[in-house]
Amino acid sequence: MTDTGSLKVTTPSDREIRMTRVFDAPRQLVFEAHSKPELLKRWLLGPPGWEMVVCNVASKVGDRYRYEWRNTATGKQFGNGGVCHELVPPERVVSTEVMDGQPGEALVTTTFVEQNGKTTLTLNILFESREIRDIALKSGMEHGVAASYNRLDEVLASGGAQAKSQGSV
Amino acid sequence: MTSSNRLNATFAALADPTRRAILARLARGEASVLQLAKPFAMSQPAVSKHLKVLERAGLISRSRDAQRRPRRIEAKPLAEATNWLERYRKIWEANFQRLDALLEELKAQHNNPRSNKQKETIHD
Repeated sequence: MTDTGSLKVTTPSDREIRMTRVFDAPRQLVFEAHSKPELLKRWLLGPPGWEMVVCNVASKVGDRYRYEWRNTATGKQFGNGGVCHELVPPERVVSTEVMDGQPGEALVTTTFVEQNGKTTLTLNILFESREIRDIALKSGMEHGVAASYNRLDEVLASGGAQAKSQGSV
Repeated sequence: MTSSNRLNATFAALADPTRRAILARLARGEASVLQLAKPFAMSQPAVSKHLKVLERAGLISRSRDAQRRPRRIEAKPLAEATNWLERYRKIWEANFQRLDALLEELKAQHNNPRSNKQKETIHD
């Protein structure tokens, strides 16, 4: 696989967003980095200046997980959490996700596929409805933003070819 | 409008397929409301509604031509949104690059678990 390191973001449907990334490591390790708090705290940090201050992971189906970050300069805090629905180490995790200050929840499916010692990580985010996704989109949350990024590509790339083919919606 | 409000308006405006198609049409050049309504099989008032949303988001503007009042695309808000999204994408890339580094470390430990234990015993 030659695409190690490049992050791919696609919108498979109008309620979904999918991120794909290949890592040069066996999936057992990639999975551990996603499931052990001491490892998660070292990479899942977001923009510079944020640290992960709460990392309660789900260790079995039905468990609640909770992540919180704090900006070291401003003290501002942000978090998300949900319930684990499926846990198949080191292959697959399905959980709900609610962002602080956001209505509605998303269903997040993370899969780890190993090939020739490399692991393809796929993060699929399914929103309850298009409306919920659009709320996420309007608030500029990460997942919504990824979706609109795709839309921008669409608008900028089409350069008008669509206007003719697209009728009333 | 604050810059984050303007971004919200931009994303909201882009969420609708008809408005994306209108933008795509305007990317080819100015057009009047009548010209814009034609390919969509929509009434002029319906198109005007979409144009208002795009205008509020600053994505389009009206030309000075008083007769036709043609609409044209505004490049700046789109570029602003793209820049912001690019920054966001970089944040995720930074997460994954940190994960790459961590995985290298884990791989080294995995392949040679004793070397790590030895380090610990030295400290003891």
